[in-house]
Amino acid sequence: MAEVRKSRSRKEWEMNTLGPALAGMGERQREFSTVSSFPIERLYAEEDLAGWWDAGRDADAPGEPPYTRGIHPTMYRGKLWTMRQFSGFGSAADTNSRYHYLLEHGQMGLSVAFDLPTLMGRDSDDPLAEGEVGREGVAIDTLADMECLFDRIPLDRVSTSMTINSPASILFAMYLAVAEKQGVPLEKLEGTIQNDILKEYIAQKEWIYPPRPSLRIITDIMAFCAETVPKWNTISISGYHIREAGATAVQELAFTLADGICYVQAGIEVGLDVDVFAPRLSFFFNSHNDFFEEIAKMRAARRMWAGLMRERFGAKNPASWKLRFHTQTAGCSLTAQQPYNNIVRVTVQALAAVLGGTQSLHTNSLDETLALPTEEAVRIALRTQQILAEESGVANTVDPLGGSYFVETLTRRIEEEAAALMEKIESMGGIIPAIEAGFPQKAIADASYRYQQQVDRGEKTIVGMNRYQIEEEEPVETLRIPIEVELTQKKRLAQLRASRDARRVGRSLDTIERAARSGGNLMPPILQAVRDYATVGEICTTMKRVFGEYREVSVF
Amino acid sequence: MTTDSRIRILVGKVGLDGHDRGAKIIARALRDAGFEVIYTGLHQTPEMIVTTAIQEDVDAMGLSVLSGAHNTLFPRVLSLLREKGAEDIVVFGGGIVPQEDMPGLLAAGVKRIFTPGASTSDVIEWVRENVPHRRTEERNHGTDPALR
Repeated sequence: MAEVRKSRSRKEWEMNTLGPALAGMGERQREFSTVSSFPIERLYAEEDLAGWWDAGRDADAPGEPPYTRGIHPTMYRGKLWTMRQFSGFGSAADTNSRYHYLLEHGQMGLSVAFDLPTLMGRDSDDPLAEGEVGREGVAIDTLADMECLFDRIPLDRVSTSMTINSPASILFAMYLAVAEKQGVPLEKLEGTIQNDILKEYIAQKEWIYPPRPSLRIITDIMAFCAETVPKWNTISISGYHIREAGATAVQELAFTLADGICYVQAGIEVGLDVDVFAPRLSFFFNSHNDFFEEIAKMRAARRMWAGLMRERFGAKNPASWKLRFHTQTAGCSLTAQQPYNNIVRVTVQALAAVLGGTQSLHTNSLDETLALPTEEAVRIALRTQQILAEESGVANTVDPLGGSYFVETLTRRIEEEAAALMEKIESMGGIIPAIEAGFPQKAIADASYRYQQQVDRGEKTIVGMNRYQIEEEEPVETLRIPIEVELTQKKRLAQLRASRDARRVGRSLDTIERAARSGGNLMPPILQAVRDYATVGEICTTMKRVFGEYREVSVF
Repeated sequence: MTTDSRIRILVGKVGLDGHDRGAKIIARALRDAGFEVIYTGLHQTPEMIVTTAIQEDVDAMGLSVLSGAHNTLFPRVLSLLREKGAEDIVVFGGGIVPQEDMPGLLAAGVKRIFTPGASTSDVIEWVRENVPHRRTEERNHGTDPALR
């Protein structure tokens, strides 16, 4: 039998085995890096873990701090992640039928996409809303629309996530009012409002008021929910939009956790008990194309948050230490060219989210670079999750990648880089002064420009777009939102304004204004105003009188 | 003479849409390619955009709309330009615009819409070929009091 040569060290291997191979044919590229330009080494081995990786701390205990391997001891063996497709378009009635469709097809929770005017706190008849009503999401002006949106959907049996930020208090109040009408006790309600204003200034840009009064509204919501809607997730601290705006994985992680720190501090400063409100904070991350980078980012996020909550904020309740998160696959990674390839991208990204330990997941539809998704496209996206969950076997064991030399090392490196960036933000006085100085905005713009140049030069491949192009075939069928939606919604709003008790509305708006000025909790008067059918725009205008409006200094 | 021979381009976000990644990339790429770029920032109405374009005496405007409101916003901008006698400002755009909406937008006077996948060099090259200097003489007079 021939003798097997076996290297006893990395050095020896490099000399005996690697050297000749490199001399023979070399490697495809001089350097390898992730989609975020994070450097990746040729090989990761035991010595990469030596000195810092503690098997006792990092390898053995899912469900125990620092939760690198997951927040639950059984993870998906106990319960699969929640499959939650974000959707909303046209009128409340249009979206209500899409919700019934999704629930019939096995979706487990609802996720509401509002149209731009609603997201910006403007009514459908506002001049700036023209052309936008019902186009990117569902148009909601008053409680009447919200009643229609959740028609025949029992709110004690679904959990609902609402992507709403500046006017979150109002849309949340409408949801509570619908629950009251359905006879569902508020303490039974489960769901999430995004309510993450800081990432609006950083990336998503749907703001109304300046940062400080916005934070006050958020702490009002946290205090109100602790008393009245205890199972509700009050903020979904979101990296998703930061990433979509062009951030790297490390920037997404660092800015998101820095936002989280700011919310926790704000809660503590107004006298709330960290162990009461922190368990209701959840997170929302992007899952982009670079498989291992995403998994490492999610694992690092859990570890970092557990450390922050225990050490910096002295939280005692383990529920405060656990970073629970929703994931959405990266919309910005999809291509308009050869759109069916997007199904494959989404599959890889969704798999990363699952291996990263997500609690819920939205998979994008293949046609989303073209328009809002059709029913068929949404079904394929949902089926992608079901195939991962029920056919692939990846949900059968906890954190299958734990202990991988590569994944553990990358988790650590991303943690270190993100921590350094967070230090920098701390040195500026925290995320609000950093935002006011344009720091995260500029960092993201720089990263996004750098990536675009890499794509334009062909240094980063996008299949079907800068490589492997074809003459494009017929466009896929897309969802059209007819302009009539806007006209109908405006008419509906006009009728409602004419039929409601205007004096009650006026009184309830005055009560909101007084609470805004006096510092009283805004939630009870907002809840009363929506019961009286005050509009989103009327309530926001009232609060703008007290809080003012945010103006961005644009940098590019 | 203080002539600035560079072509001046307004890059703008019109409507409530906050997706400014593309607009910022294009603004920066055009600037790096030697054009003079004015970026409007977010949440501009068609009226605001057109006023800025005329005040800044731009040669072209590139508008970004990713919210689906393109069929409302582009024609509005073009008709305002015509009203103010500034229809020689070349209007181009970018965003999520389905193929079937293209003919209508082109008929309304938009010169070109770039859709997802366009590279910055596509845009730069197109601007070089399609945006002529506009009223150069008047601008020189306007910017240099000695020539009045």
